[in-house]
Amino acid sequence: MNRYLFIAQRLSAMILAPLVIIHLGLILYAVSDGLSGAEILSRTHGSWAWASFYFAFVLSVAVHAPIGIRNILKEWTSMNQAIINGFCLLFGLMLLLLGIRAVTSVV
Amino acid sequence: MTEPKTKDSHLSVNVWRGGNEGELVNYQVPARENQTVLDVITEIQRFQQPDLAYRFACRVGVCGSCAMTVNGLPRWTCRTHIKKVVDNGQLTVEPLRNLPRIKDLVCDLEPFIDTWKKAGAPFSGSRTRYDPPANIKPDSPLRQAADAGLQCINCAVCYSACDVVHWNRDYVGPAALNRAWTLVNDVRHAKRQETFEKAFSENGCQSCHSHGNCTRHCPIQLNPSESITGLKKMVFKGLPKEDKK
Repeated sequence: MNRYLFIAQRLSAMILAPLVIIHLGLILYAVSDGLSGAEILSRTHGSWAWASFYFAFVLSVAVHAPIGIRNILKEWTSMNQAIINGFCLLFGLMLLLLGIRAVTSVV
Repeated sequence: MTEPKTKDSHLSVNVWRGGNEGELVNYQVPARENQTVLDVITEIQRFQQPDLAYRFACRVGVCGSCAMTVNGLPRWTCRTHIKKVVDNGQLTVEPLRNLPRIKDLVCDLEPFIDTWKKAGAPFSGSRTRYDPPANIKPDSPLRQAADAGLQCINCAVCYSACDVVHWNRDYVGPAALNRAWTLVNDVRHAKRQETFEKAFSENGCQSCHSHGNCTRHCPIQLNPSESITGLKKMVFKGLPKEDKK
């Protein structure tokens, strides 16, 4: 399993790297132009392009972050492996659900 | 610790005495134009402290047995000139980090040697003495990849320098993974896949944080960090195929 987690974390990092840069650039652009929340929502509503972008973002985060947390907990704590795995699985599901909820509400 | 009494023509050398429990003891050693750290330790043992325990054999950087921690950094002492490491006339010599201490400057190297087996060494040949030798072209990419990691003198300097080994003693460390890298690139090795599986196991190359201390401190300028990176990439690309050219 560790091999697949290693691969999943690297691949999700490769996907996340450009997405994070675009996301940060987008935030800076939106804030610098003084767009209000309502104006931003009016632009994102019905946009399948932004929905796809942020869905890929959420999916990558939900894969990448729990694996990283799992590695940190394994290295720095004496917690039982099964507990760590369970915690990280729940953490990943939480990120996924909250992320999808956020994406669906702005699109 | 004994108080140092520095004299102009002498080095003030603090040497670890004892096992895991012990203390630094100060010795005054005549400073000479040409002397290595090993020369200094030998001078202390010959003329001041006959029961001082330390290891050495070849004295010319081949055997890898004289590695110690010198002023906080792991080094091969036989090839380390005093002028390179002395700090204001002071020198502190301790055993290697990350290994159990036996006595004074001597460590138990068994945990280090065990890591090599955990990471997939030793070499396993597929031919008998009656078969013709394998025809390996020295300039083939696979052979060159393996050659880049050869010549390790097993001094354990990289193992001592590695911070990941320091906090996780189950991690096999850079020397063992560097050896595994040479084996997975060696087409004569009959168990390349098995070696790779071991090197990629949980306490293998996945645990490396790419700090690069191994490469920085390797006395013969090997690059274990690159070998470990190569092993990590192999999980995506698979074992390299035998050279066709």
